[in-house]
Amino acid sequence: MCLSIPSKVVRVAEDQTMCTVDTMGVQRDANLMMMADDEVKVGDYVLLHIGFVMNKIDEDEALASIETYREILELMDEDERKQAILEDDECPRRGL
Amino acid sequence: MPLELKNLYDNFRDGETIKAYAKMIAEDAAKLDRTINIMEVCGGHTHTIMKFGLPQLMPKNINFIHGPGCPVCIMPKERVDHAYVLAMQEDVILVTLGDMIKVPGSNGSLQDARSKGADVRFVYSPMECLKIAEENPDKKVIFFAIGFETTTPMTAVLIDQTIKQNVPNLFFHINHVTVPEVMQELIDSRDEHVDSYNNKIDAFLGPSHVSVISGSRIYEPFPVDYKRPVVVSGFEPVDVMQGISMIVKQFVENRCELEIQYTRVVTEEGNLNAQALIEKYFEKVDLFKWRGLGNVPRSGLKLRDEYAHLDAEVIYKDVLPIAEIEDHKLCICGDILRGMAKPPECTIFGTACKPTSPLGSCMVSSEGACAAYYKYGNLL
Repeated sequence: MCLSIPSKVVRVAEDQTMCTVDTMGVQRDANLMMMADDEVKVGDYVLLHIGFVMNKIDEDEALASIETYREILELMDEDERKQAILEDDECPRRGL
Repeated sequence: MPLELKNLYDNFRDGETIKAYAKMIAEDAAKLDRTINIMEVCGGHTHTIMKFGLPQLMPKNINFIHGPGCPVCIMPKERVDHAYVLAMQEDVILVTLGDMIKVPGSNGSLQDARSKGADVRFVYSPMECLKIAEENPDKKVIFFAIGFETTTPMTAVLIDQTIKQNVPNLFFHINHVTVPEVMQELIDSRDEHVDSYNNKIDAFLGPSHVSVISGSRIYEPFPVDYKRPVVVSGFEPVDVMQGISMIVKQFVENRCELEIQYTRVVTEEGNLNAQALIEKYFEKVDLFKWRGLGNVPRSGLKLRDEYAHLDAEVIYKDVLPIAEIEDHKLCICGDILRGMAKPPECTIFGTACKPTSPLGSCMVSSEGACAAYYKYGNLL
């Protein structure tokens, strides 16, 4: 499953190289070095891919799709759901 | 109330939405007097299409053609052999992404090299190479970099950090390839063997994550110069269905345009900072050989000459093999990657060639079309 779930930035490291994001309740660190300095701020929604922030996501679009993902995730069993969230940014379906 | 795309998007309900799109596509396709062949360029789309049984939801005159968008599948044996030889060097740790370690080369796969004692590692993120290099100061760590526009900037970031942190033992073997050039090649090829098939590509479903980085603008020539519509789409089944619907509508309305389905992350310009990083460290090669497709002009990247001291292809040029290698005679990966054949048309599909014992790269890679057909075979 490749959902591309939008992640909300909850912390940005002082040196702007890393941030912590929250993806539907699951938190992890992500690399910010692909983004310009000061481009990503706490509260922004971003797209992750294999540990990197790829780009920012429009907030309205992000909130709408999170609702969608919630519905899709509810159709999965618990293990599948947890795995889907944790591995979403490493999903090979998006292509390398 | 009429069925509008925007309404469907706002009221996104997975199964119901997919069914609604299927109905809309069928209604629109009924207005066409011919078959529309839609090539999904990316292996990720192929898997979504197969996993969710989308071909079964299509009317008879809408046909999916699977394209070359799997960086593992298109890696020619010559490059796999490079990785193998590098891995077998005594003081080398070879690091790569994805299913690359399973792809068979002339002497075997990287997995085989590992079983012979080579230190081959798989990482999720290229940045893990920095840690591996730091922990192994007496080794040379070589990152065998693969991928399309999506992963190229990550390699660029890693190179950037290697230089800034003055890491002395991290090197790169670059195999990054570019999507528009191979799409052009598929349309442009006019040799006797493929001509009739090339004409069958009527439209492209563009991979969204490529465009998150490079912007949708990389596809601009296709509707204009090649008269093929392109819709840049996400990877969920609803995204793909909406993308297909947008393509079919273009044909019904006699339009030929570049459109973005995946508006929540794809913009026309993409990630400009990432593009600048790529430009800083890489330049186009004249030719890059694609497995099954042969040499495609300007479809690959290399490190710029000023970074040759980091380039494993330069440093190890005396030990890297240069001979051309033929593909397995029975494997039709080339035809599949060109969209000329579907996996079940291959005589060894599911028999001599399975995910557990793959003969061709379309079966090796989890992104490959053969792997998708095999895994979701009950949907054939």
